[in-house]
Amino acid sequence: MPGSDPPGHPGRTIVVAFIVRRVIAAVLMLAVVSAATFAIFFLIPRALGQTPEGMASRYVGRDATPEAIQGAVKRMHLDDPILVQYGRFAQGIVAGQDYSLGPKKAECPAPCFGFSFNNNQPVWPTLLDRLPATLSLAFGAAIVWLISGVGIGVISALRRGTLLDRTAMTVALAGVSLPIYFTGLVSLSVFAYTLGIFPGGGSYTPITQNPVMWFQALILPWITLAFLYAALYARLTRAGMLETMSEDYIRTARAKGLKESTVVVKHALRATLTPILTIFGLDLGLLLGGAVLTESTFSIQGIGKLVIDAIRGNDLPVVLGVTLFAAFFIVLANLIVDILYAVVDPRVRLS
Amino acid sequence: MTTPPQSFLELRDLRIHFPTEDGLVKSVDGLSFKLDRGKTLGIVGESGSGKSVTSLGILGLHKGGGAKISGEIWLDGEELVTADQDHVRTLRGKKMAMIFQDPLSSMHPYYSVGAQIIEAYRIHHKVSKAVARKHAIDLLGRVGIPQPDKRVDDYPHQFSGGMRQRAMIAMSLSCDPELLIADEPTTALDVTVQAQILDLMTDLQREFNSALIIITHDLGVVAELSDDILVMYGGKCIEYGSAEDIFYRPEHPYTWGLLGSMPRLDREPTERLLPIKGTPPSLINVPSGCAFNPRCTFTDRTEGRSTSEVPELAETEGGHLVRCHMSREERRSIWDNEIKPMMEST
Repeated sequence: MPGSDPPGHPGRTIVVAFIVRRVIAAVLMLAVVSAATFAIFFLIPRALGQTPEGMASRYVGRDATPEAIQGAVKRMHLDDPILVQYGRFAQGIVAGQDYSLGPKKAECPAPCFGFSFNNNQPVWPTLLDRLPATLSLAFGAAIVWLISGVGIGVISALRRGTLLDRTAMTVALAGVSLPIYFTGLVSLSVFAYTLGIFPGGGSYTPITQNPVMWFQALILPWITLAFLYAALYARLTRAGMLETMSEDYIRTARAKGLKESTVVVKHALRATLTPILTIFGLDLGLLLGGAVLTESTFSIQGIGKLVIDAIRGNDLPVVLGVTLFAAFFIVLANLIVDILYAVVDPRVRLS
Repeated sequence: MTTPPQSFLELRDLRIHFPTEDGLVKSVDGLSFKLDRGKTLGIVGESGSGKSVTSLGILGLHKGGGAKISGEIWLDGEELVTADQDHVRTLRGKKMAMIFQDPLSSMHPYYSVGAQIIEAYRIHHKVSKAVARKHAIDLLGRVGIPQPDKRVDDYPHQFSGGMRQRAMIAMSLSCDPELLIADEPTTALDVTVQAQILDLMTDLQREFNSALIIITHDLGVVAELSDDILVMYGGKCIEYGSAEDIFYRPEHPYTWGLLGSMPRLDREPTERLLPIKGTPPSLINVPSGCAFNPRCTFTDRTEGRSTSEVPELAETEGGHLVRCHMSREERRSIWDNEIKPMMEST
């Protein structure tokens, strides 16, 4: 009830209650995600007839002796009841896990996703190691696509039916339709290998090492990745603006005597951007879990490249780790979007 | 021809046409009227008769729609159709303001009521936000919002329908406009609130001595408020006169129809309303001759001119204008002997 607010603080208690509710919902969602992930990696193989030994054999490499496999079963507790296994798995994520057996030390600090088959290192530090590249790519591209996509969408809507609008929408259609491995490879071939304006694939340098190199190496990946999203956002913004500009409150804003630019930016864009904000949060969250195609095309050692390599090498713990990590980002992005939505749209706070 | 008029507001042969793929939509087709300060004009007509388009045209809000406007709109000695549109913008909200029909969709959902009034005030007055806020609270109090200092921060969805319309009126009045146009100001409200809003508008009009145009399809609303009434049909004025003329001596068959289809408390509840048969005319393929002829029951009395000749808007008596082929005597006789007895019969 809006009437029950303390005077002078309209909606503040409601906003706090809203945020608390959403945070609790997000934590529950993460629990569900971890259970689902566990089920995919441990429950379904068992249900399909895998024995604990069969599963353990993947943890000891080829031509393993029966003793080694039995050791792995013991170490991984693969013969425990499935609920106990899940409890251990969840405990590992929250508090860490000690897989040591006898003299063989294998401590896995929290959050524990297990050890990579490749190098026997815990998965988490590897993920952290790959994160900066993915963050750089995702946030940089997000800035590019948000500005260009929304900008083009607004101009297209205001100049509807003109040559500019039609050209922009045709390019946008191409952007939505062309896959990244195509646009990425073409742009690499033209701008890096033929014209030599930008460095080629695999030239990503951490920002801490060389900010200039970092920037130069990321320009092409940013533009390639942003092209896809900018096209989508331009179309969304255009459709949203066209709808908003015909709203009654836009007519009211004009009737007040506002300048057309103020009408567009303060009244129309504000209302148009709210639903786009939702999609933006989800897109960004998804990308933080790894831009698989872009990272592969440009050989950026990010999380997307990590998971692709892990899938190729049957490196299950890494795949599992990335899956949970990506899910975490999506839930987090959802949470932030929900909270921002309540800040932006006063009507949301009530529901 | 283009001499400034004596009246505060004068429209001369205003035409607002919209080119569409199906043809030219003549929403307003040759409309003229005058309005003085302190006076109220009621514009009445069915949906699509051009009444809302007229009001938006006066405010100059049709520029983006691809509309073709011709004719003259004189406001306080200034011609607005040919004026610089940026100049017209500075008049909007200040010299002329509008109250819209549905206050929920007409107010921005993301800004508080106060913020929207403050914005309207600060477009035309270079004052601080604090000063404008005080003004907004004053206005909300004046239009009858309880606890205006607290409700000023509420959002439109937190207001009831009647309060939203009051807030809308407060916003329109923020710069003391000399011309106020209310487009169906009470249509979205229930009856008790309607009466309050109408009282409020007349009080405020008296206080500011502003010219008021009320656009409605509800004759009951204009009966209460208007000095003059303009009946529109198919983008044209078909009858114009004082409120007494229109209610006691109407001469156009369409006006008779409007009066006959109005529910009235002084009639017997068992009595049937007399609706106008047919539907409003298409504004693209306007019926030839008199636009009302397909729905008119008196076409046999015009010697066949009703479908071949567009009737002129002619003065019948003391500023009472009617657009009809029938002679004045014939119309008077039909009203006195056929229509009036039927409407009064019990």
